Amino acid sequence: MGLFGKLFSALKKTKDGLGEKLRVLFARDKIGEDFYEDLEDVLISSDISVATADEIVENLRDRMISEKVKDKDYVLSELKTEIKGCLDMADDLEIGFPAVIMVIGVNGVGKTTSIGKIAAYYSSQGKSVTIAAADTFRAAAANQLEVWADRAKVRIVKSAEGSDPSAVVFDAVSSVKAKKTDVLIIDTAGRLHTKSNLMEELKKMSRVVEREYPQAEFYKFIALDATTGQNALSQVEVFDEAVGIDGIILTKLDGTAKGGFVVSLCNELQVPVVFVGTGEKIDDVELFDKDAFVDGIF
Amino acid sequence: MAVFSGLSEKLNHIFSKMTKRGKLTELEIKQAMREVRIALLEADVNLQVAKDFIASVSEKAVGQDILKSLSPAQQVIKIVNEELTALMGSTNSKLVVSSSLPTVIMMCGLQGAGKTTLCGKLALHLKKQGKKPLLVACDVYRPAAIEQLKIVGEKAGAEVFEKGQGNPVKIASEGVEYAERFGFDTVIVDTAGRLHIDENLMKELEDITKTIRVDEILLTVDSMTGQDAVNVAKTFNERLAVTGVVLTKLDGDTRGGACLSIKAVTGKPIKFASVGEKLTDLEPFYPDRMASRILGMGDVLSLIEKAQEAVSEEQAVKLEKKFRENAFTLDDYLEQFAMLKKMGGARGLMEMLPGMGLGGKVKISDKDIDEKKIERTKAIILSMTKRERFDPSIINYSRKTRIAKGSGTTVQDVNQLLKQFDQTKQMMKMMRNRKGFFPF
Repeated sequence: MGLFGKLFSALKKTKDGLGEKLRVLFARDKIGEDFYEDLEDVLISSDISVATADEIVENLRDRMISEKVKDKDYVLSELKTEIKGCLDMADDLEIGFPAVIMVIGVNGVGKTTSIGKIAAYYSSQGKSVTIAAADTFRAAAANQLEVWADRAKVRIVKSAEGSDPSAVVFDAVSSVKAKKTDVLIIDTAGRLHTKSNLMEELKKMSRVVEREYPQAEFYKFIALDATTGQNALSQVEVFDEAVGIDGIILTKLDGTAKGGFVVSLCNELQVPVVFVGTGEKIDDVELFDKDAFVDGIF
Repeated sequence: MAVFSGLSEKLNHIFSKMTKRGKLTELEIKQAMREVRIALLEADVNLQVAKDFIASVSEKAVGQDILKSLSPAQQVIKIVNEELTALMGSTNSKLVVSSSLPTVIMMCGLQGAGKTTLCGKLALHLKKQGKKPLLVACDVYRPAAIEQLKIVGEKAGAEVFEKGQGNPVKIASEGVEYAERFGFDTVIVDTAGRLHIDENLMKELEDITKTIRVDEILLTVDSMTGQDAVNVAKTFNERLAVTGVVLTKLDGDTRGGACLSIKAVTGKPIKFASVGEKLTDLEPFYPDRMASRILGMGDVLSLIEKAQEAVSEEQAVKLEKKFRENAFTLDDYLEQFAMLKKMGGARGLMEMLPGMGLGGKVKISDKDIDEKKIERTKAIILSMTKRERFDPSIINYSRKTRIAKGSGTTVQDVNQLLKQFDQTKQMMKMMRNRKGFFPF
């Protein structure tokens, strides 16, 4: 498989969804007011937010009307351009080293699995990697991470279940500083963004990294499940407010879900997608590619 | 929340053009339903499900009378809310109990939906009912999943049957045997999370249901799921004949429209809602609460309920008839005051009374609806006999003295009330006679 081959095939299922709906829509003989209204519905039904879908359709309609366009293929290609434009609102993220990557998100989105895969990714790039098991809440979370550490052949720093996650972060930071490790990836417990005490805990962990390791580049990545709907926006907003979000890890893109909310996230919150998870094997992760993503969903 | 007030505001705007109250017209419904549709989509209700729902609700709404106590916007919300609640089914969180023990419950769902945690919650739920559940660890793929189930089981005080990373079908069948031998009445089978398009893993679940007798197959769904919920629910249901759905992570701020989609495509009851990380955080599913959550209109709905409780439609109709027939008695007069109290304000009542709304010509000053005076009036009327209330003309001095004593007022107060009542009746008679003069 070529570059982005996996992303493309993962998105192929997505393609059947959005593409099919668009084909039905574009098969209609007239491009009128109803057409644009239905187009908006199709976009929203790909989990794009109402605000962004509105914006895309408004822009497209205004341009098509002023250019007096009647050609459907042209409208379709311009729709692609509009969606790409939304993704372009977020600047690409260049990772600098030494890096500390803290992975956060709600429960069950695939943080631990993603960390295993990302650790393997950096390891394969010739970087030294350590992972910190700071999810001390969920039953057996550290054991799960340990299996991934084994698979990725990287070091793991962990502590007993129920211990203070900030203490684990502190230990891990001290360890990577001493060993001059290139990448430290911190696993955190899944938490609903509506739980303020858990958000405070996250802030504390973040402060520990900032205070103890100022020379490192510190990134906070939110893991988002591709099957998520409109709530993705709320998740990113609240986590961003708490600790500042630098990027998105889009997980479970190997299902039929579209991950369409990514378009609104880039457009409305200017948060870029960094990694994409496309399966359960250790190499099922790749860097996000906008063009491949847009081409894939059409 | 901003989005939430959005829908009621938009609906109010649409209906502001409606000059007089009457029936809901097709055009208004069409405009209103566009907004309702967006609200549903924003709540993650599947597009097709939303469209079908809107079509059926519109049909019902057109031509419906607007309740006297509601604004047209509220009326539409009321209809939509009722239909949503009905669609999501009744409150039924009962698990199937097999006639030949043990009852076998199998979990299924996507990765990260919350199956393992739910296993623990269900075990605790069953234990509280005096049952003896056995947890069977059939998630042999996810690292440390068995470990997690063991910890969860321990917290719930339920035994866990595990055979390491063996064959899930074999483990499930051995687990049931174990339960039979050691007297467990319920078996909860935890399975690995899987994509509904993963052929091998879906077949594995089918094999389990073919190998052991499974009484209940619970599809566990993350309430934050978006439009894809339909595909997931449909496939799982087609392959496995799901018997019920459990919604997880409802303690977040998602509006949870996915559950409507799931209900629509599977027709299976939503049995439980999982609302927190503690093992006790498992609730029955409440369709009415979910409906207002999806619409995002909890406040508006409770307001509607309040208005409905205070004056039922029949009450208003009865009153109007009496007004017209001039058969207005002191009992009705009393009823008016009672309603006034219930509504907690005079304006609301005035608007509800026919012809006394904002467009009506009759103005009642604040003096007339003084709180203490209302209480006094009530006491006086309640001290009258039924006959007196029906025909006040029989009230002579001796009766007045008795009424005053009974209500702790004076004969003067009784006189004043009778005079006031008489004036009200006169006024109504006047209105009736000059029908052309007044708009009713």
